[in-house]
Amino acid sequence: MENDDAVRVRGLVKRYPDKVAVDGVDLDIHRGEVFALLGPNGAGKTTTTEILEGYRRADEGEVSVLGTDPARGDRYWRARLGIVAQTTRDEAVLSVTEMIRHFAGYYPNPRDPDEVIAAVGLEEKRRTRVRNLSGGQRRRLDVALGVIGNPELLFLDEPTTGFDPEARRQFWTLIEELRTEGTTILLTTHYLDEAEHLADRVGVIADGRMVEVATPDTLGGRGARTARVSWLTPDGPREIRTDRPTAEVARLMAEYGGSEVPELQVRRPSLEDIYLELIGVASAAPEPEGALA
Amino acid sequence: MSPEVSTVLPSPLKVGLSRTGIEVKEFFREREQLIFTFFFPIIFLGIFSAVFSGTDFSGGVTAATYFTPGMIASGIFLTSFQSLAIAIAIERDQDVLKRLRGTPMSPQSYFIGKIGMVLVTSVLQFALLLTIAGLLLGVAVPTSPEKWLNFLWIFVLGTASGSVLGIAFSVVPKSGRAASAVVTPVVLLLQFISGVYFVYSSLPAWMRTVSEFFPLKWLAQGMRSVFLPDGYQVNEPGGSWQLGTGAMVLTAWLLVGLFLAQRLFRWTRRDAG
Repeated sequence: MENDDAVRVRGLVKRYPDKVAVDGVDLDIHRGEVFALLGPNGAGKTTTTEILEGYRRADEGEVSVLGTDPARGDRYWRARLGIVAQTTRDEAVLSVTEMIRHFAGYYPNPRDPDEVIAAVGLEEKRRTRVRNLSGGQRRRLDVALGVIGNPELLFLDEPTTGFDPEARRQFWTLIEELRTEGTTILLTTHYLDEAEHLADRVGVIADGRMVEVATPDTLGGRGARTARVSWLTPDGPREIRTDRPTAEVARLMAEYGGSEVPELQVRRPSLEDIYLELIGVASAAPEPEGALA
Repeated sequence: MSPEVSTVLPSPLKVGLSRTGIEVKEFFREREQLIFTFFFPIIFLGIFSAVFSGTDFSGGVTAATYFTPGMIASGIFLTSFQSLAIAIAIERDQDVLKRLRGTPMSPQSYFIGKIGMVLVTSVLQFALLLTIAGLLLGVAVPTSPEKWLNFLWIFVLGTASGSVLGIAFSVVPKSGRAASAVVTPVVLLLQFISGVYFVYSSLPAWMRTVSEFFPLKWLAQGMRSVFLPDGYQVNEPGGSWQLGTGAMVLTAWLLVGLFLAQRLFRWTRRDAG
């Protein structure tokens, strides 16, 4: 019997001659969920993903993807995956339609090529050669080729890099449709808003270790979402963290006798602030804007 | 997945033939390939026939007749070795191979596609060369079945060894951009020392000795045996067409190429760990 989870990883280690890229990662991705892997460049996201995809071998640890060790994955296993790798520089002289139709022929149950072309918004470019596509259009083609085989599990490695905001929204809609159909998705991204919008759970990876796994709105624990009240005193900027920001503002109003409190701000940390704090970036602490150079 | 959904993968042969179609299409759309691989020997046959039209090749052989077999041999080497070495190096560098590796496409299908492309392009090139030589340049096309039988095995051995060597050599260029610049000079050099552009017997002895280690010399000599009159073999350095030796050298290269291709071929770039 297959494991219930689409992906199960225990104690994954991958070493390169000059560094340890992945240093004991555990990861479970449930069937049907969208899981976002976040982390700075070089944190081990792509290495982890490529081990799951079968491109690289793990040095240590247990890896199961759709019930199979990727190092032993055969064609039947690959037919159940969709892979959108990080960079592609395919300069093919085939048209979008030719390419997608051809790839459809690799799979036992491909999606309809025309529907996929429409879903990624390439109808206008269906006769354009791959070489002549813009960066964003090429990325959409990558996604089209990733989903053409009707995968159970889809890997998306930084899929929307280089997209304009509208293209990103369209892409999000596509991913939501895939999720509705039951596709499990592992997404790595630099965009926190993307993870927040799409992911059921996020995992933050830094220095080859999984720092935290949580839903986007519980990441960082309870304390992470404490409100921050900041203002400018004659001695310089001040900031306090409080669960009761309204009371704090009322106190400040009284203190300033009803006149304007200089540079008053009340804010709750965004997912990005929490993320930056998790990966140990010092500048994550919110500062009054006046204090910035 | 629901049980009624098929899990039967398309057969490697079917996918391989589909890849052949795609590969051929790409070949003919790629201008650089088309000129330097497909039309190159045809252009040179035209140039050489014109330049040496006054030269006496003895035995009633015209310049066009003398150079036709060399250009056919050269064409076979270009559409197999050069074509594959460059195309695969570029595909590897552009992560095209990596993407294919991530699909259920069988590696066999990929190589069926490549070999199919080599066969289609080399047969078309040969047909075009022969048509131009026969109709425009007045080259006598052989009629005896024996000559054509020889042609067949030389052609098959030539394309096969060129293909496996090209697949192996594709790992040499460090990037796709460098592929043409690394592969083309190797092929040009071989063409010069193998007597494709010159009368082979007029080359210095040491150069001929070097060329004997490589397949193109034997391919060219084999083609001369098909397209030149039999009496002409006295002009060969050995005084004969040496078809037996040629077959052995080409077979040896085929085996070496097979071994190297299996050992060296990779789906990802060298820097991809």
